[in-house]
Amino acid sequence: MTSHNTALELRRVNKWFGPVHANRDISLSVDRGTIHGIIGENGAGKSTLMSIVYGFYQADEGQIFVNGQECRIDNPQASIKAGIGMVHQHFMLVDTFTVLENIILGVEGGARLDQGLAKARKELQRLEQEYSLEIDVDAIVGDLPVGLRQRVEILKALYRGAEILILDEPTGVLTPQEADHLFRILSTLREQGKTVILITHKLREIMAITDNVSVMRRGEMVAHVATKDTNREHLAELMVGRSVLLQVEKTDAHPGKAILQTRNLNYVDADGVQRLKDVTLDIRAGEILGIAGVSGNGQSELLEVLGGTRKPTSGQVIFKDEDITHSKKFNARDLRKIGLGHVPEDRHRSGLVLSFSANENTILGYHDLPAYNKGTTLDHAAMISTCEEYIRKFDVRPPNPHLQASGFSGGNQQKLVLAREMEQKPDVLLVGQPTRGVDIGAIEFIHNQLIRMRDAGAAILVVSVEIDEVMSLSDRIAVMFDGEIVGELDARDADETRLGLMMAGIREKNGSPHAQQDETVA
Amino acid sequence: MELFQIIILLLDATFRVATPLVLAAMAGMFSERSGVVDIGLEGKMLGAAFAAAAASSAAGSAWLGLCAGVVTSLALSSLHAYACVTHKGNQVVSGMAINIMVSGLTPTLAIAWFHQGGQTPSLSGDARFQPITLPFADAVREIPVIGYTYAELISGHNILVYCAAASVPLVAYILYKTRFGLRVRAVGENPHAVDTAGISVELMRYKALAVTGILCGFAGSYLSTAHGAGFIREMTAGKGYLALAALIFGKWKPVPTLFACLLFAFTDAVQARLQGVELPIVGVIPVQFIQALPYILTVLLLAGFVGKANPPKSIGVPYIKER
Repeated sequence: MTSHNTALELRRVNKWFGPVHANRDISLSVDRGTIHGIIGENGAGKSTLMSIVYGFYQADEGQIFVNGQECRIDNPQASIKAGIGMVHQHFMLVDTFTVLENIILGVEGGARLDQGLAKARKELQRLEQEYSLEIDVDAIVGDLPVGLRQRVEILKALYRGAEILILDEPTGVLTPQEADHLFRILSTLREQGKTVILITHKLREIMAITDNVSVMRRGEMVAHVATKDTNREHLAELMVGRSVLLQVEKTDAHPGKAILQTRNLNYVDADGVQRLKDVTLDIRAGEILGIAGVSGNGQSELLEVLGGTRKPTSGQVIFKDEDITHSKKFNARDLRKIGLGHVPEDRHRSGLVLSFSANENTILGYHDLPAYNKGTTLDHAAMISTCEEYIRKFDVRPPNPHLQASGFSGGNQQKLVLAREMEQKPDVLLVGQPTRGVDIGAIEFIHNQLIRMRDAGAAILVVSVEIDEVMSLSDRIAVMFDGEIVGELDARDADETRLGLMMAGIREKNGSPHAQQDETVA
Repeated sequence: MELFQIIILLLDATFRVATPLVLAAMAGMFSERSGVVDIGLEGKMLGAAFAAAAASSAAGSAWLGLCAGVVTSLALSSLHAYACVTHKGNQVVSGMAINIMVSGLTPTLAIAWFHQGGQTPSLSGDARFQPITLPFADAVREIPVIGYTYAELISGHNILVYCAAASVPLVAYILYKTRFGLRVRAVGENPHAVDTAGISVELMRYKALAVTGILCGFAGSYLSTAHGAGFIREMTAGKGYLALAALIFGKWKPVPTLFACLLFAFTDAVQARLQGVELPIVGVIPVQFIQALPYILTVLLLAGFVGKANPPKSIGVPYIKER
């Protein structure tokens, strides 16, 4: 049955985690020398499946064939031996080690390191040339940017003789340019006869680079298609099981006056690092302002300063024409009272108390409102009925106001946080990563809610690392790099290339991209 | 010459006091670098000190005593590994439990076996490690400064002092130049990376803790069969904690840790020397205060002068494969 051109084949693989059937009768066949995409929503079982192939977990049932030979893969060692390499979503690197040390870890080739290191150095030179993967092998991994760290992971797999390379959500941490570079590397690998399996939930990547694609939904493989015979809409429908709107439908914005303004806002953190540099923004009523940028360029700090949880070092924050920078009201609690809602970026750390029930989480930050209090005690009946109302309006599942927050899926947790902040009808809403870790169906819902709120006249600031999200949701886009706003443009004029260059810190001058470094060098 | 002699004597005492600290700190290096907090250094040393003295007094051989000390310490270290690695228990609790258990068990066994109020019989002759006179030590003694230093400071220690001195470059070599060392460091920084590289995280931590056990056995045996002449209750007197402090002060690196141990030992040597000495202006300092000096110094150094230490990133966290 297996043709000699099949690099990897799975037959009826099953995996349970307790009562959860994570992989159900999965069969998959990957041709040698191709890039094969596996797409599915978060929690569809993609990563579990690939962890089985890599020997990180063992399948409860089913067979794995590599190059037509049945393989028992009980641990990563067996998988490496079979010629399978994996680049994990969270890099499996030791930050304090050099690139070279990271690469030989596990395949040192002897009790003493010196020969192993010398051999690896030579071998890496060959690999770098063959696949154009330049890297300084003596650099400390922790000092490298993420794009290069990923390259270390790829080299690590190739050094171990991988013929099949699995990449799990490789572009989550990359700028569009870095992602394009990665795709070029993958194409080179394909040309050299390697087989690449790309796991992702991003349709754009599947369409851009793969030869074949398999779609997973709720632990099952629902389709195998050649990429050229399909399109984004069709794949999205297969992923979700119903048709979805990929583009947010919205009318033009009718921006009113600026409600929240910042003037030359600076923030220096406790380690003395300047996180925000002269940030000047206007957030206007009836408009969504999107902040794009690679994560870690000051977006989080901006949200936290505006949300009142960090004090700016200098500059002004103006709310409804009043300079509140030095006002007593400038804290998270009082800002909520005067009409500034905040959906924090990290719902686990700051959005929810995971061990509290849904109804307790419903009132966090608003817990001293008279509606939730009866004398000195909380009014539990009111909390529960409010929570039930939110659950109904936001379609939270399961609809149980007594369930612990940790018992909801990511998307439903996010809906709880959004409901809490949006239902107070704030004049300004700050939203960090509105749909991080949320599946497509819920993304659509959340986007529509934000648009509705905008149309009702609220000023909304959206910070997201998903460039697609910023582009489809925003009316105006500001790009942050290294704590600065490097550019601001109308969403209708934005495309991925323009934004991508700005996200890499390259400012636009007179309409043409112009490298910042050139200025300083000259 | 008077001052020079005092300095030599002080340094000589420093070496003798530093020996168990260095051995224990090097022991802790392996455990902590592999990601397992080892607050049980104290208990392992104490257990080894008792076992070494007991075996040595029974068999009349310091070497057999050392073997017994190492085996005991190794067993305690394995217990720590079983609790913290296999069963993912809390590492501080497990270490503390070992300390308390040993602290109670040693005098109990001593009373049961030797009937001397919780001590072992006094050791002498072959039952103790004797000072070794290095070649030419007597011949060069008369040469000023260099010869005198060689004869008085370098020569005339027992074998375990030299073992401690040798342990530092050896540990540095193992940690930085061997496969074992690379894996120990990796498993303490990012065990997930080690696991995906096809290496067993649990086995690596067991191995590292075994090395910790062996070195701690040397440290404990030194106390009762080389430095002292028999086991006394609580004879470690916090040296295990001091070694741990030196390890942190030395930022988990062999050579800085050695200097931290020497610094602690030097203050100890100075305090022994300062007892009852009348100082200008202040007069005689109460002996209790002087004895507390090394510990005060420890607190001050750890609180204020360590600077930014980068502990192994996964220290204290049991490794659990995430779903």
